[in-house]
Amino acid sequence: MASAVGILTAAGTYLILRLRTFPVIVGLALLSYAVNIFIFASGRLAVALPPVLSTQAEGYTDPLTQALVLTAIVISFGMTAVIVMLALGAFLETGSDRIDTDDDDEGAR
Amino acid sequence: MSLALIAALPFLGALLPGLLIRSGRNACALATGTVTALALLMLGLHAPAVLSGEVIHTRIEWMPALGLNANFFLDGLGLLFAGLILGIGLLIILYARFYLSSRDPMGQFYTYLLLFQGAMVGIVLSDNILLLLVFWELTSLSSFLLIGYWKHLPEGRQGARMALAVTGTGGLAMIAGMLILGQIAGSYDLSVILQSREAIQASDWYLPALVLILLGCFTKSAQFPFHFWLPHAMAAPTPVSAYLHSATMVKAGLFLMARMWPVLAGTPEWFYLVATTGLVTMVVAAKIALFKDDLKALLAFSTVSHLGLVTMLLGFGTKAAAIAAIFHIINHATFKAALFMCAGIVDHETHTRDLKRLGGLRRLMPVTFALSTIAALSMAGVPPLNGFLSKEMMLEEVAHTAWAGQVWLMPAFATLGALFSVAYSLRFIAHGFLGPVRKDYPSKPHDPPFGMWAAPAVLVLLLVAIGLAPMPVAGWLVDAAAGATTGGLVHAHISHWHGLTPALWMSVAAIGGGLILLSAHRPLMRAWLATPRPEAKRLFDGVLEPLATAARGVTQGLHDGALSRYFAIATVAVVTAGAAAFLTGSHQGGTRAPTPVDLVPVVGWFLLIAATVALVLRHHDRFLSLVFVGVVGLIVSMGFAYLSAPDLALTQILVEVATVILLLLALNFLPKRTPAETGLARRLRDGAIACAAGLGSGGLIYLLMTRNAAFPSIADYHLANAKTGGGGTNVVNVILVDFRGFDTFGEITVLGIAALVIFALTETVLRAGPANDRLLGWSQRHRQAGDRHPLMFVVATRMVLPIALMVGIYIFLRGHNLPGGGFIAGLVVAVAALMQYMASGFGWTSARKRVEYHALIAVGVLIAAAAGVGSWFAGRPFLTSAYGYVTLPPLEKFELATAMVFDIGVFLTVLGAVMLALASISRIAVRAGERVSATPYDVDLPGDGYGDR
Repeated sequence: MASAVGILTAAGTYLILRLRTFPVIVGLALLSYAVNIFIFASGRLAVALPPVLSTQAEGYTDPLTQALVLTAIVISFGMTAVIVMLALGAFLETGSDRIDTDDDDEGAR
Repeated sequence: MSLALIAALPFLGALLPGLLIRSGRNACALATGTVTALALLMLGLHAPAVLSGEVIHTRIEWMPALGLNANFFLDGLGLLFAGLILGIGLLIILYARFYLSSRDPMGQFYTYLLLFQGAMVGIVLSDNILLLLVFWELTSLSSFLLIGYWKHLPEGRQGARMALAVTGTGGLAMIAGMLILGQIAGSYDLSVILQSREAIQASDWYLPALVLILLGCFTKSAQFPFHFWLPHAMAAPTPVSAYLHSATMVKAGLFLMARMWPVLAGTPEWFYLVATTGLVTMVVAAKIALFKDDLKALLAFSTVSHLGLVTMLLGFGTKAAAIAAIFHIINHATFKAALFMCAGIVDHETHTRDLKRLGGLRRLMPVTFALSTIAALSMAGVPPLNGFLSKEMMLEEVAHTAWAGQVWLMPAFATLGALFSVAYSLRFIAHGFLGPVRKDYPSKPHDPPFGMWAAPAVLVLLLVAIGLAPMPVAGWLVDAAAGATTGGLVHAHISHWHGLTPALWMSVAAIGGGLILLSAHRPLMRAWLATPRPEAKRLFDGVLEPLATAARGVTQGLHDGALSRYFAIATVAVVTAGAAAFLTGSHQGGTRAPTPVDLVPVVGWFLLIAATVALVLRHHDRFLSLVFVGVVGLIVSMGFAYLSAPDLALTQILVEVATVILLLLALNFLPKRTPAETGLARRLRDGAIACAAGLGSGGLIYLLMTRNAAFPSIADYHLANAKTGGGGTNVVNVILVDFRGFDTFGEITVLGIAALVIFALTETVLRAGPANDRLLGWSQRHRQAGDRHPLMFVVATRMVLPIALMVGIYIFLRGHNLPGGGFIAGLVVAVAALMQYMASGFGWTSARKRVEYHALIAVGVLIAAAAGVGSWFAGRPFLTSAYGYVTLPPLEKFELATAMVFDIGVFLTVLGAVMLALASISRIAVRAGERVSATPYDVDLPGDGYGDR
């Protein structure tokens, strides 16, 4: 589990450091997976323990982190959508999808 | 309260001039004057009580946890200074009304002036040193505005910048000093600090605190070697110079030394630091003043010199010296403000302040001449004017003070300073007004209108009155102020004749020597000009320039607008900080047993890792990377399901669908491949950063998971109260809609805003512009599938839609007790609707859509808000939920909670936001020439005439 978080973070970070918008978006998505799992895992993992109250259950998982992550997932979708749109708009405006446009990049497409 | 009001009045009044300037300059000046007069009146009402020895307090709690309270107090010293600030302020307002030309923005001037006045009054009335520091910095800022008032003059801007840099730096030092002082005394209240003299002077931190506070005072009061900023600040309009440099800004340093006198003074450190600095400043500045041709520069250096005199007196640490210091503060304020105003009048009338071009004004401007002469004679210390009185007291104190055992040293230098003082004062008169009338004045001089010379006239009357009858006119004020300074009862004896004391002989020597010096001025001036001397401004610029360059270099190195660099720096910083904390702290291995591992999760884990690695390796192929993202998302959602989080699993998988569709839509317009642009070195660097980040986060969560929480989790509370308090057994959902309902409310709002942002961006792209042109000329480069809208797909989605809607409603209704809820239901319905778009195309579907997504979002947020507000009517806090059980005949008994209404809001917002986001991007596709189908399904045959644009 921890290694998965680590790998996802590393991959996300690496992709964000690329110079084109699309890898950055994908990297951001990976990073948000990593963060979500991180938060989720900070509630300690449990297999086959219900988060729903019932009379038979012996114990419960941590519902709090689940609730946090649930909204986080939805919000990160919203953010991804905004960034995609920004990237798209920028690409259509300038004809390039480079992110750091300080150097001359006309015709880079 | 009223003390706080006195300090607040100028700040409140600062709004008025800006507004009233529209009704004319007189109204503007009048409003400013009224505010000041009102504050002065309120001060006057307190005066009788203060003079009878009372101390008035006003206490307002501000940030008690920090020890920062808006406490004010008024004693004799505060009364003297507040009176000077407001009284002279009133005269300056009158004078400035006539001084400023019609081209100058007068509203701004008065606003700045009142801000400054408020800050000054705040300093002298503060009973809390932190509050005092706030006001102290405010004076630096507002004086910056005042000095740089003539923005078009480079000297004005430079002078203002220099003043701000010097006094601001001093202010920083003083903050440190004050904090130390507060720590020693155990309180930040002045009234407490003033009682703890022994504790403070015995402390090891006494000397650092003293030095730091004195740095603040010396920079503010332009003491040697920080005196250089004051003459440059003379680029300000004369009313500003008169105000700042006679009664206020530069006196703030003196005030603070006087205020801290009972605590800090009386030690050898204090004597050598303060008295020596004062003496050096007095002599050096007086000598420079003698050789300045600019009237205002002369006055500026004389101000520095007189400030040095007062500083020296305060440095002696004796009661008599403190009395002399207080008295001289009053006298200096009167004659120096008058002289500045006279210099301003001369400048205003003749258009020059250069002594070499003046002279002979005696006949042309008799009133100004009379006023200047009296004020200058007072400055020179000629009897019977008030300047003479305080100078005699100063010389008397100096005469019996030894410096490091040398009895003659102090008297000799003090006499020298006084001698220079006489010389430059007389030069002001002799070279400015006496002598023959010249023909080459830049403008024909004559006396100004009454309004302009009224203010200096009042001051001159005052100084003559003090000079002739010191005890009745000023004695009471000196008693009160000096009493407050020294912390005991004081009865000053001010008189002209003390007998044939050493002070008298020193005075005589000074006046005689001054006359001789003046007569020999011409050769002396030549010698002065011939000797090289350090130019303070050049030194200052020399220090500042490399600093500015370095700052710019750092800023541009870190902040060059490149996203990847920001991200790299931020990541490295976070990882480094984390690593540093980890390596320096102590660490023990985890104690919590790891969760046992089965085969299936291992396979899942392997898939996840493989997909991620493949994604990184093949990220140049964008479609492929999208597939890998999908794999990762799927595994993650399965992982949630496995690890007892059904709600999360549902949400994740739905979001995954929406995300992939979104990215596919976007990819239609983006390049399909990412070119490799970075070199190996860059890739290695990024890889190293990424690995470090991954190691950091992975290690952190590993350590976190292998031990139990340090504190009992608040989750138990939620578990215990979900059923009883929120009425649901699905704790996750109850947390979302009830316990943390306010968070959720914020989150759906954010989601709605995000969708609207996407919509707005789409609108921008679709407006006429390069993007729109590009879209209109879009040509599909890659081969398309033959079936645009395959029959099977269309039929299947139609069948699925009602089922999906049902599932959505089911999930929604059961959400409170079983996995589900508004978020998930919204996503389910959204995905179902998306399928319709995919199957039959955007145009066909939107023609059949009856709801605006914007409205969905708005209604959703409003319903959620209404559900929250509803609980107000039941007398409960926002978003408290109530619940009950309802049985509708065909259904099972189910629960109805107000939280459910809130959840409907969540549902609608999520649905609306997802749909709006994706539909917006689809509109771009339509603009790019995608054909809109007329029928629900069609086949894309080359050359057929299907569809319409």
